[in-house]
Amino acid sequence: MATDHPRDEGSLMLRLAPVLIVILLVAPILAGLTMALLPAFGYLPALGGERLSLDPWRALFAEPGIWRSAAISLASGLLATAISLAVVLLFLAAASGSRLDRWIRRLVSPLLSIPHAAAAFGLAFLIAPSGLVARLASPGLTGWERPPDLLIVHDPWGLSLIAGLVIKEIPFLLLMSLAALPQLDTERRVAMARSLGYRPTLAWWKVVAPSLYPLIRLPVFAVIAYASSVVDVAMILGPTLPPTLAVSILTWFSDPDLETRFLASAGAILQLGVTATALMIWWALERLVARLMRGWVIRGGRRRGEASLHIAGKLWVVLVTVIAFAGIAGLAIHSVAGFWRFPDLLPTSATLAHWARALPALAGPIASTALVAVASTLIAAALALAALENEQRSGRHPSRALWLLYLPLIVPQIAFLFGLVVVMEQLGTRPTHALVTFGHLLFVLPYVFLSLSEAYRRFDPRWSRLALTLGASRNGAFWRVRLPMLLAPILTAVAVGLAVSIGQYLPTQLLAGGRVTTVTTEAVSLAAGNNRRVIGVWALVQACLPLVGFIIAIGLPKLLWSNRRGMQGAP
Amino acid sequence: MNATHRLQLRDICISLEGQTLVELDAEIGPGEVLTVMGPSGSGKSTLLAYLAGFLAPAFQARGRVLLDGRDISGLPAERRGIGLLFQDPLLFPHLSVAGNLRFGMPRAGANKTARVEQALGNIGLAGFGARDPATLSGGQKARVALMRLLLSAPCAVLLDEPFSKLDTHLRHEMRRLVFDRLHEAGLPSLLVTHDREDAEEAGGRVIELAH
Repeated sequence: MATDHPRDEGSLMLRLAPVLIVILLVAPILAGLTMALLPAFGYLPALGGERLSLDPWRALFAEPGIWRSAAISLASGLLATAISLAVVLLFLAAASGSRLDRWIRRLVSPLLSIPHAAAAFGLAFLIAPSGLVARLASPGLTGWERPPDLLIVHDPWGLSLIAGLVIKEIPFLLLMSLAALPQLDTERRVAMARSLGYRPTLAWWKVVAPSLYPLIRLPVFAVIAYASSVVDVAMILGPTLPPTLAVSILTWFSDPDLETRFLASAGAILQLGVTATALMIWWALERLVARLMRGWVIRGGRRRGEASLHIAGKLWVVLVTVIAFAGIAGLAIHSVAGFWRFPDLLPTSATLAHWARALPALAGPIASTALVAVASTLIAAALALAALENEQRSGRHPSRALWLLYLPLIVPQIAFLFGLVVVMEQLGTRPTHALVTFGHLLFVLPYVFLSLSEAYRRFDPRWSRLALTLGASRNGAFWRVRLPMLLAPILTAVAVGLAVSIGQYLPTQLLAGGRVTTVTTEAVSLAAGNNRRVIGVWALVQACLPLVGFIIAIGLPKLLWSNRRGMQGAP
Repeated sequence: MNATHRLQLRDICISLEGQTLVELDAEIGPGEVLTVMGPSGSGKSTLLAYLAGFLAPAFQARGRVLLDGRDISGLPAERRGIGLLFQDPLLFPHLSVAGNLRFGMPRAGANKTARVEQALGNIGLAGFGARDPATLSGGQKARVALMRLLLSAPCAVLLDEPFSKLDTHLRHEMRRLVFDRLHEAGLPSLLVTHDREDAEEAGGRVIELAH
């Protein structure tokens, strides 16, 4: 049989890679969930919980405001997702092929690379009562001579939390959509519909959107799960009395009284339920919208609503982009602000004092951040490449396993991470950089794999075949042809991995037990202190670190292939 | 370049889900070209994939492929000694022209640089070694691809419609060059095409696949 290839060097490692990935992603989640479930019913021998009981649940439901916490988590998750998805679809419908489209496509990667915490701080500095927006409007429009006594950031309804999430989830969903769109032959579909008399934006909604949504459904679910259980953004922007469920769980878990661990465990299981409920509500909404859309698509309206859809599509995405970048600019201004009276738009003097004071403290966390990010990303890239190479060589497409990649993105972090901490404590593992790296790998690996698989599967198989018929071995074909030709997408995947790792708050915070601090954990811990100048320094550093990866990812191939025109565009 | 090789295809039958796609029994002597013709969907590319060692697992194949009397049908692609010329020149975009030529040369060979220079002179591209392949014209690329194939010292060659994407005026010239060189090198070749002119200029036997 021609398919019966003898094993060549390294093939065992390749064959193990997919198995290893599944174990790495699934085992910690299962172990973590188990060790949250058992203490939630009172069983944790290490803390004296020998019998199953409902006490933790009674304690949980006796907590003041617990239902409000859960409701806010649920609502903010659903609303943030719905708004983000709507803005992304509106934009794609209105702007396809326009100059704005090209601009936004260029900005989407840097926007995505801004860590959640930095974006949240940026937004907080904009919308706070003494923030840049209030300064811009005062005293002229508002008449405010001093910052008004308004609870805008940390508002009890979680509106600023939702806004902070939307800023970060739009670039994510946009990137996922842009990756899926080429499969749909969008231009010809829209041209077809236009030839039947439909206006362009309406045409997109009627003939592209219904096919696009199923392709980005898993990323949408990941956004729901993330938004309904996020911790760092909620600590910076979310309500405080009571906070969101995920923040409450973290507070209980960090309580020095170990008894509250049982309470925290019950909370983690409740969080799992809240996220599951959010997903089910979304699923029901999907059915409803699909039914309404079906009627609307075939009813034959060709013009009505075109103008408003078109304007909304451009307006919202521009607004969100401006807010995101203005937020980062705000961080920069705060980090060098000297004396700054309220209604003044800019500080009267600039100073490097905050930077000078922060620098000695920055070095350690930056080194830790870089070490963990580089280690977890390199491991993830090696595993992903091995699995994809194995897929190519065996000629199979393991699409069934794909949803497993989304598992760490769909199960709420807080629900399994701290069960995982309990497992690690039982195993006697000390919190180290290695343990934190392992924790980050759970979230870095899916993103690196998803970003790489796209380029890998699109790569023309004839290149490798050609190399083989020229006598190169399978490994030779990989190292001498596939790897160099895919350098640009591989570096992009690495940059994505670094950005994901740099932005991680909860895995570092929980698995390190305070012994490994990164720029992100430090920045988030400053949220309570409210010293904006110091926060400006840390959040700006946090926002800039991932850019280093993207600059290398874009610059290095340009440098290496400056004399190779065929390598300038993506292969 | 005057080795004599012989490619024998014994009772080959490729099928997909029980349906026979291609049946072939043929022998190609040194320097001969066997042309397999047929419309698209007639299983031409499946036959090539089978002979080169890239048949997708979904297909079943029976029969034996003998190269110089040795059964190669169980060998992986890189150890079969069969070279391939594609529709496109497929010059590796990350290597220079010389790098492309060196890619397929056996590692142990002496004097590689001189041989590459000589080979380039041979196809009218002397001094092109350091060039970026993307800066070459279509005809130049096709010639480099042919030379790369020859320098890799294959024992037999498969041609996958290699002239179909060339301009009309280049097509005739390339056909002559390819068939002359393959004949000179004494290589048995199998040409797959749907262009009758290809078959006529190849000069060898023609097998038509139905469907």
